[in-house]
Amino acid sequence: MNRNFWQGTIMVGVTVLIASAVSAQETNEVELLQRELRELRERMQSLEQKLNSAATNSTLLASPDSNGSAPTSASATPAKGWLPSDPLRIGRGGTYADIGFVGTFAAGGSTTKDIEGGTQLGGHDPNQNGFTVQGVEMNLQGAVDPYLRGNANLLFSVDSGGESFMELEEAWLETVSLPGNFQIRAGQILSEFGRANAQHPHTWGFVDSPLVNGRFLGADGLRNPGARLSWLAPTPFYSELMLGIQNSQGETAASFRSDGDAHAGEGEERLPFGYRHAENDRGVRHVTDLLFTPRYAMSFDVTDQQTLVLGASGAFGPNASGGSGDTVTQIYGLDLYWKWKPSNAHAGFPFVSFQTEVMVRRYQLGAFDWDENGNGGDNDGDGFVDAGIITDATGLAPAVLASETVTDYGGYAQLLYGFRQGWVAGLRFDYVTGERAAYERAGLLLVDGNGGGASLGRDPQRNERWRLTPNLTWYPTEFSKIRLQYNYDDRRDLGRDHSVWLQFEFLLGAHAAHKF
Amino acid sequence: MKTKFALLLGALLLATTAHARLNIVVTTPDLASIAKEVGGDKVEITTLARPTEDPHFVDAKPSFIVKLNRADALIEGGADLEIGWLPALLTGARNAKIQSGQPGRILGNAGVVMLEVPTTLTRAEGDIHPLGNPHYVIDPVNAKIVAAHLADAFAKLDSAGAEAYRANAKKFTDALDAKLAEWTAKLAPFKGAKVVSYHNSWPYFAARYGLTMNIFLEPKPGIPPSPAHLASVIARMKEENARVIIVDPYLNRKTAQTVARSTDATVVDVAQMPGGVKGADSYIALEDYLVNSLAAALEKK
Ligand SMILES: [Zn+2]
Repeated sequence: MNRNFWQGTIMVGVTVLIASAVSAQETNEVELLQRELRELRERMQSLEQKLNSAATNSTLLASPDSNGSAPTSASATPAKGWLPSDPLRIGRGGTYADIGFVGTFAAGGSTTKDIEGGTQLGGHDPNQNGFTVQGVEMNLQGAVDPYLRGNANLLFSVDSGGESFMELEEAWLETVSLPGNFQIRAGQILSEFGRANAQHPHTWGFVDSPLVNGRFLGADGLRNPGARLSWLAPTPFYSELMLGIQNSQGETAASFRSDGDAHAGEGEERLPFGYRHAENDRGVRHVTDLLFTPRYAMSFDVTDQQTLVLGASGAFGPNASGGSGDTVTQIYGLDLYWKWKPSNAHAGFPFVSFQTEVMVRRYQLGAFDWDENGNGGDNDGDGFVDAGIITDATGLAPAVLASETVTDYGGYAQLLYGFRQGWVAGLRFDYVTGERAAYERAGLLLVDGNGGGASLGRDPQRNERWRLTPNLTWYPTEFSKIRLQYNYDDRRDLGRDHSVWLQFEFLLGAHAAHKF
Repeated sequence: MKTKFALLLGALLLATTAHARLNIVVTTPDLASIAKEVGGDKVEITTLARPTEDPHFVDAKPSFIVKLNRADALIEGGADLEIGWLPALLTGARNAKIQSGQPGRILGNAGVVMLEVPTTLTRAEGDIHPLGNPHYVIDPVNAKIVAAHLADAFAKLDSAGAEAYRANAKKFTDALDAKLAEWTAKLAPFKGAKVVSYHNSWPYFAARYGLTMNIFLEPKPGIPPSPAHLASVIARMKEENARVIIVDPYLNRKTAQTVARSTDATVVDVAQMPGGVKGADSYIALEDYLVNSLAAALEKK
């Protein structure tokens, strides 16, 4: 099943590439001949034009201006020389790179103890009572040269321990006009999976990221070094096919070869689930060590005022459980986005948008024998099983875990209503669950090294949970916002939590254009 | 192989003899209306923003990517009016012909003298346009400059049609010249008259016809009217005897009406986009409508 899947993915990729190369070659020939003809014709005509142009242009431009007062000359806005007292322009039009800076902060609190990674799964969600620096993001973008565009997002943040850190959120180059409607983006990129994963924190409609995204795609979203090929299909409606190929290891590939996630209390500093052999810590030795994320998206303008976007995504790659390369994770997702905006909307208001994503994850857990060294789990020779080792229900013998595949489901739906200029009311419903796996039913214990142990029970990362989130946002302008949000959160075995967050944000410099 | 060659030849013949119409995408309906005049039946015009829509805030709909992908040329305002939505579309469009610097990338404001180019840039003044006020097409003299530039730009893309484009532009310009005399005469009695506007998008129109537009319902560009600001507007309107408020179709007419009630002013529905008010579907028809309805409103007072 594994092998079939990989073969399938590679075959499809190769076929697409070959087909495109062939058709690109044909069109290239036609284009070449066309261009030569055009150039010849232009050369002849330019000679002709040179003779006439002075006369023609002057009659047009200097046509009598009956009012007499306004300028009719064809000279562009006269460029003003820069003076030392003038500001250095950071923004569009005047620089090689547009520089933007967004600071997002939250204040508030929750009835729960484990906010960071417990109730709040996203790496840039509010992470403590009081104040949180959700992120201060610097964005640089611009044309690299006539063929490439560049973009970089650096994120500065402070965790709940007060430690500052920096993240290379994204940094990539992208082709501007490859033939055949292809486009390649390469560098450090957010995987194109569904809608929410590729969005930067400051464009979120809510203070925090959806639960299913936090669990399946990771606290900071699924992103890694790699490349993405995309193809705009020649259909009358918008239809785009994408294939991402990225590394599958590291903390930003949570369901794959993640080595635990420093942000996530739900599984802090340990694997998502399952246990891995040392040799699983490999880099990329084989094509099957990579993460593949195909996506297809299409869009229709239902009416002049309503637009629909539908997408199907997949993420396939090896995971961190078990031995080397014998376990994989498959994530499938469907997403839908619908937006209504009347044709006389002012400053983007009013509008109604609805967004939903559902995902399924199939995670293969590899076999693992906790008696790795054959000494009954007593490495220090004190007669007890060492602390940190997982034993069977008796607590006396290291556990032997069989391989199994666990399946999880999750999704969210959110409605945003921009009811008057600058004001948006939002409502989101989150749900995540998974079927109970054999390792959760087995009554395993995590021993403390002194003959005691704690029951593992249900895996907190796979527990059923739902959340209801109303919020209200005020955008004084496009460059700032204040958002108040309440989360009603119900986690199985842990109970209900209430959280209230006030988010505030400012933007300096260039404002990246909004994606739809 | 033979059939392939025949096909190629066929395609070539078709491309060179059957003069396919230029497929031109225009961001806003005002520029589109001039492009239609200049291009005539030699071009196919697709307009992205609708005439009643706020041109600063158009959604970057994926269907626009498809339109831009197939375009031979793109006409944009050229002064950052579309900055909030066009760049994302251009990246997705992956069309070499409309990359900046290409003949297929046409800036509507080439040759237009921009008003209100700020000397200092600070958003404390609201969402100001760094390259000058982008609402320039509504001045008929600017429309003539646009037409001449479009004729040149189209000729570059389709040299076979060059003469036709220049002739069309001349015809449009002549029609405008004739009309401009009429429009100027019609508004001449109201030189210096105060006209209140919601957003600062009419300076070119005001300058052309000698009207004074320095009172705005928005406290600063892009900032929604506050009650305190509206109170000061009402006081100023009374003091300076301003009795006409103009409102674009996408702006809040109720706010304008409230102010009008307290000042005994007339609200005039205006638009900068042909099609934005009923019955004014071409550039000249729109200008006709604007001049006539303003003259009527100013006359009344
Ligand atoms: Zn404006």
